[in-house]
Parts: sequence; structure tokens; C-alpha cells
Amino acid sequence: MTGLSPEPLLHVSHLTAAYRGLRVLHGIDIEVAAGEIVAVMGANGAGKSTLLRAIAGQMPTGGAIRFAGTDLADLPAHRINRLGAVLVPEGRRLFGGLSVEDNLRLGAYARRGPDRFKPLDLVFELFPRLQERLKQRAETLSGGEQQMLAIGRALMTNPRLLMLDEPSQGIMPRLVDDIMDAVQRIRGLGVTILIVEQRLVETLSIADRAYVLQTGRVVMAGPAATIAANADVRRAYLGM
Amino acid sequence: MTASLIIQVAIGGLLMGLIYALVAAGLSLIFGLMNIVNFAHGELLMVAMYAALLLHDHLHVGLLLQLPIVAALLFGVGVAIYRGLISRALGVRFNSGMVQIFITFGLSIFLVGLAQFMFGSDFRTLNDGAISTATVAWGQIVLPVSQIAAGGVCLLAFAALALISRTEFGRALEATREDRDAVALIGIDRDHIFSLGWGIGAATVGIAGVMLASFYYIAPSVGTSFAVIAYITVALGGFGSLLGALVAGLVVGLVEALTALFIDPSLKEIGIFALYVLVLMVRPRGLFGRQ
Repeated sequence: MTGLSPEPLLHVSHLTAAYRGLRVLHGIDIEVAAGEIVAVMGANGAGKSTLLRAIAGQMPTGGAIRFAGTDLADLPAHRINRLGAVLVPEGRRLFGGLSVEDNLRLGAYARRGPDRFKPLDLVFELFPRLQERLKQRAETLSGGEQQMLAIGRALMTNPRLLMLDEPSQGIMPRLVDDIMDAVQRIRGLGVTILIVEQRLVETLSIADRAYVLQTGRVVMAGPAATIAANADVRRAYLGM
Repeated sequence: MTASLIIQVAIGGLLMGLIYALVAAGLSLIFGLMNIVNFAHGELLMVAMYAALLLHDHLHVGLLLQLPIVAALLFGVGVAIYRGLISRALGVRFNSGMVQIFITFGLSIFLVGLAQFMFGSDFRTLNDGAISTATVAWGQIVLPVSQIAAGGVCLLAFAALALISRTEFGRALEATREDRDAVALIGIDRDHIFSLGWGIGAATVGIAGVMLASFYYIAPSVGTSFAVIAYITVALGGFGSLLGALVAGLVVGLVEALTALFIDPSLKEIGIFALYVLVLMVRPRGLFGRQ
């Protein structure tokens, strides 16, 4: 990288992480520029979810994570969130006993200012179904609606970087395209996206660039089209 | 035994039950929020009673002003207990459940010892002139004004707690109760919510303590029996349920008073324990507990 290019929004270098002493990330280097959609792919256990959790401050890490000019190492998860790096986790982690409306409004709880509920309009525009189910308890929603709510709740925090961990998991195939479509529209609003997905064809079709992870290391990186065309990747991860 | 005596005893039991209910509400709030039983809960009540006594004896502060002062003081004590002790116990890697039990248990012993050291073990009373001795009579039914006032203030405190649960903060409290790790995903600092929860839980006991001090004896050991009753009340009402604490407190107060009247005053706790065992057998999650 030359000194002239602007600093990327997210810069991860030599990132390591471990679960109970077992290392799952062995020195990951990735960059995400503002406005990009970047996909992270790889087989189960490659460390994709761990990478997102590490960036979001949900587990202890080694190495360096810089986000929008701030060093994220040692920051607690809620501070990282307030800086604008927001994770929509695997399994969604909604507040099931609270209503759809409460879940959404809580997304803005830690934000200040009179405009903090403004993203609600955007969320309803992206996911009109949520507006129809405002008073319903979150746990009574279908899988697809829950994913919409999880993304909606994250949008209420007014993120700069939205990290999506397998948004298509456990939802009807018909809705996967809706979610991918929403991701593109969210990027169109200026939100940078880092997405982990099993559905590689759909994901690579909306991503600008992709990283391929294998047992905790980056084994391939490049434009999404190149990765999608790569014979090794197709064989190993796309089953083609 | 006349009907008016039975009615008088029943009303007295219900009024005492409102105090039990408020003490239990504070315990239930903390337990519901973070699954930690505060074994020093009765001692917080004791601290509040001594605080009321000191304010009255040394600074001539009246009951109405004691309420906000002691509530604020206990709020601070609750926050300090969370920040100083509980948050550290949460971070323990091994046997953290045991650590959480013993840390509040140790705090309870410490507070009783501290009170004995500072005030001695004598029973004290706070004689607030007219309020402490006045009575109200309807025919043959006679009730002390201090207990009626205590019941009324406890009901107001319950109303305040219900209002808090409807605010945005109340929702954040509920979200943290549901998933303490997920709130960071929306930028909420769970330590902040937990410490406010402890503060509100302790302030609740502070209010109960001030009202109790206006008609009850004050001693370092006074918290113990109230704590036992509070644990039973929370179990009876259902863990984490505000309405459950209110209803269960009233039931416990009534059962205690009627046991004392119909069987023997020295056996009044037998009635409460019998009720508790019955609830455990018939409905273990309590009257209003979540499944």
C-alpha cells in the first residue's frame, strides 16, 4: 500500500484469537475500505465467525485492529459498538420477550441526540414486515423476520461498519434474496459491509472483494468475481 | 375472639405484608436481573433503619425528609456493592457461583459486625413523637398511624418501580436480564445497567427501612428475619416478578398475622414456612414466575 492511499475504515493485522487455549485465528490480515461490501468465506471452523466476534470485541485477541483511526484492542464491546463497528451475530441474539418495537428502539438506547430514532424510517422502508409486527414479541417472528429485526436493530445504532454473521442461516430460501437485496441497499446508504456467509454464489454476486479463510489463515484474497471464478475455490467451497 | 379483632389483626398483617413486599421487590429485582441472590439484603434494611435513626436523633430530620436521603444513600451503597464486589465476582474464572454466594454472605456478616461495633447490640427505637404513637380507630378496630403510613409509602414505591419498568431504561433492564452478552451489540454497557439495578434494588430496601424504623425495633440483627421472609416472598411470588412480590408479600403478612392470632404468636413463622413448602410442591415457579 502506498502512503498516498487513504486509510481503510477497518484494518486488521496479525490478528490472533483462541477459545479455551485453542487457537482459531493465526495472524489474520484484512482491510475494508469505506463503502465496500467485503465477504469472508471458508469451510466450517475456518474462523469466519471468530474473526467478526474478535473485531466486535466479544473475545480477547492478539494483534491489531484499527477502525476509523481508533485502536480497538482492549476496548470493551459496547465501546466498539458506539464507535460504529456493529455486529449482527450468528443466532441473531434478539430480546425475545420484548416487542419488535422495543428491540428496535433499544438499538438507539446508547445513542444520544434528538435524531436517534430517525433510522426507524429507514428500517421500515427496508423491511415493511417489521412495521406490521411492531407489537409482536420478537420470539414469535419467523426466522426471516427475526433476521430482518436483527439487522434493523443494528441499523438503529447508526453503524459505519455493519458486520453480518451468516444472515441467511435458518431462513427460507425465498427470503435469502430479500436479505441480500437489503444488504446492497444498506451499502447504498453509505454503510460499509463485512459479511460472513455459507451461500457463496449469492454473496459473491453482491460483494466487491472477498477473503477465503482456511483453518484460521487467509489463503486467498481478491475481487469477488476473481474468487468466484477460481477453480480451487469452486471445488473446495462452492461444491462445483 | 371478636370479628373486629380478626379484622384488625388481618389489616395489620396486610400492612406489614406491604413492607415485606417492598423488601422482596428489591431482592427480586437484583436476582431477576443477574441471577445473584443478595444474602446481605436484610443487612441493607438494617443499614437503612440505622440511617433513619441517626438522621432523626442527631440531625432532627423528620420522616418525610428521611425517605429521599436514605433512599439516595442506599442507592449509593447498592452501586458501590456492585462496582466494588459483585462485578469482581463476575469476572472470577473458577467456581464463580460459589464466589457470588460467599461474597454477599461475607458482606452480610461484615455489616452486622460493623453495626454491633458502632451502635452495640441493644434494641433501639426511633420515637418520632406523634407519628410513632398515634392511632386510628374505626369502631373497635384500632390501627397505628405509622403502619398505615408505611403501607401507603410502600404502595407508592411499587407504583414507582412499575413506572420505571415502563421507561426506556426499564426496557434496557429487561433486555440485559434476557441476554447480558447481547446488549453490548447495541452499545449498552451492561456494568452500567447492573450497577443501576443494584442501586434501585438497594434504594427500594432503603424506603422500606425508613418506614419500618418508624414503628419497629432497630438492632444489628434485625435484618435476618426480614431477609428470610423476603426470600420466601420472592419464591412465592415468582423470581423477577414485581407483581408477584407485591401479592406474595401481602399473602405472607396475612398468613403470619393469622397464624399468630389463631395458633400462637411464637409460631407465626410456622405458617409462612408451611405456605412456602406448599408452594414448592404445588407451583415451584411461584405465583407469577416465568416458566
